[in-house]
Amino acid sequence: MPITISILTGSNVSIYRQIIDQVCAAAFAGRIPDDEPLPSVRALAEELLINPNTVSRAYCELAREGILESRPGKGMFISKRRQIYSKTERKRRIDQSVTSLVTEGLMLGFTAEEIVGLVASKTKELGGSR
Amino acid sequence: MRSATPVIETSGLTRYFGSKKAVDGVTMSVPRGSVFAFLGRNGSGKTTTIRMILGLTESTRGSSRVLGEDSQGLPPETRARIGYMSESHSLYEWMTVRESGEYQSRFYPRWNEKIFQAVAGHFQLDANTKAGKLSRGERAGLSLAITLAPEPELLILDDPAIGLDPVARRALLESMVYVTRGANRTIFFSSHLLDDVERVADHIGILDRSVLRACCSIEKFQASIRQFSLHYSNSAGRPPSVPALRGLLHVRRAEKNIRLTIALPDAATMTSLQALGATSIEEVPLSLGDAITGYLGDRGEQGSFFENTELESARSMA
Repeated sequence: MPITISILTGSNVSIYRQIIDQVCAAAFAGRIPDDEPLPSVRALAEELLINPNTVSRAYCELAREGILESRPGKGMFISKRRQIYSKTERKRRIDQSVTSLVTEGLMLGFTAEEIVGLVASKTKELGGSR
Repeated sequence: MRSATPVIETSGLTRYFGSKKAVDGVTMSVPRGSVFAFLGRNGSGKTTTIRMILGLTESTRGSSRVLGEDSQGLPPETRARIGYMSESHSLYEWMTVRESGEYQSRFYPRWNEKIFQAVAGHFQLDANTKAGKLSRGERAGLSLAITLAPEPELLILDDPAIGLDPVARRALLESMVYVTRGANRTIFFSSHLLDDVERVADHIGILDRSVLRACCSIEKFQASIRQFSLHYSNSAGRPPSVPALRGLLHVRRAEKNIRLTIALPDAATMTSLQALGATSIEEVPLSLGDAITGYLGDRGEQGSFFENTELESARSMA
């Protein structure tokens, strides 16, 4: 087994997300050898006692994010060229920060224009004008 | 698309017992190949709905189709493609485990003895024990072995986990996951065990006091039920009372905090939340169990927040 995935039920992180997070973490930590396939959808579903569709959706998402690649007839492998964070993950992270920033700004009584202005000047200050 | 025809499809399914409405206008559709969890508190009408789908109880109004046939008057060939395990596990008490299998196998041309043995093995049943001497969990195991051996296309399990110990519950889950190996096999099961639902189900239907209040994929359900925590600092004063918000399911108040569980919040909801004068508003991630419990929890309001989205789209897909 190149990677051990374990899931928790009753958590506020869905099983689907837990699989994705654990594969990502193992991939970025270099714990998954390039030449060993991940467990098949059925094998992982039967091992974890979960719906195979959940595993399959998680693998598809990981493939779409460029973390896994499918080699026909051989299974799912860790992708050779991978970004630290996938496009979706980067979007998710920035969304989270923007939401908390904007909520905080509105709570403190700033107008939308003022918030945009502050973001623009901070972006400039931190060298984001590239 | 193969999955376009639902395996179970009901429309306005209603049943009265005397003057009491046991099931009230249930319109739902169960996609082929899904693992569908049918949820609701005790007495909400789950068993009656299941029995109407199987044609074992007549409906007062409305219709139900299963595997493309009208539930009232299912031909024997269609019935043979459905595996049904009732809450009561009706078994012949004087037959041994082996005899029960042999007896049942005569009714099914497609009886798969390997499956019977495998399920009986999962539950560690002794072939020579009489059904009458089995424990609750073992009875469920024998009942499940008999239900699964004919390899039904549609498996209907009415509260299969009730009264099972952890080992038998695990065996039940193993058997359910095993069934999904077969292409296009559908499992429709009722349960109170939300951890099991989270593991194996991909769709849920929720009955509340005989009305179907949600019927959709689990992801959709989870994305629709959200919780917000409103915090009030000392200068902000005490949390105000919460006005009627569309989709508001539950309010939990503490001295400096209000937690609101809301179905399908939109931009207008967010504006209303911001008007409550909190120092900060934070979204709190919910587990599936919390989302379901929140949705089923007591509140004055009745009605389905999913009515116009899920049920309509399910109907137009059919």
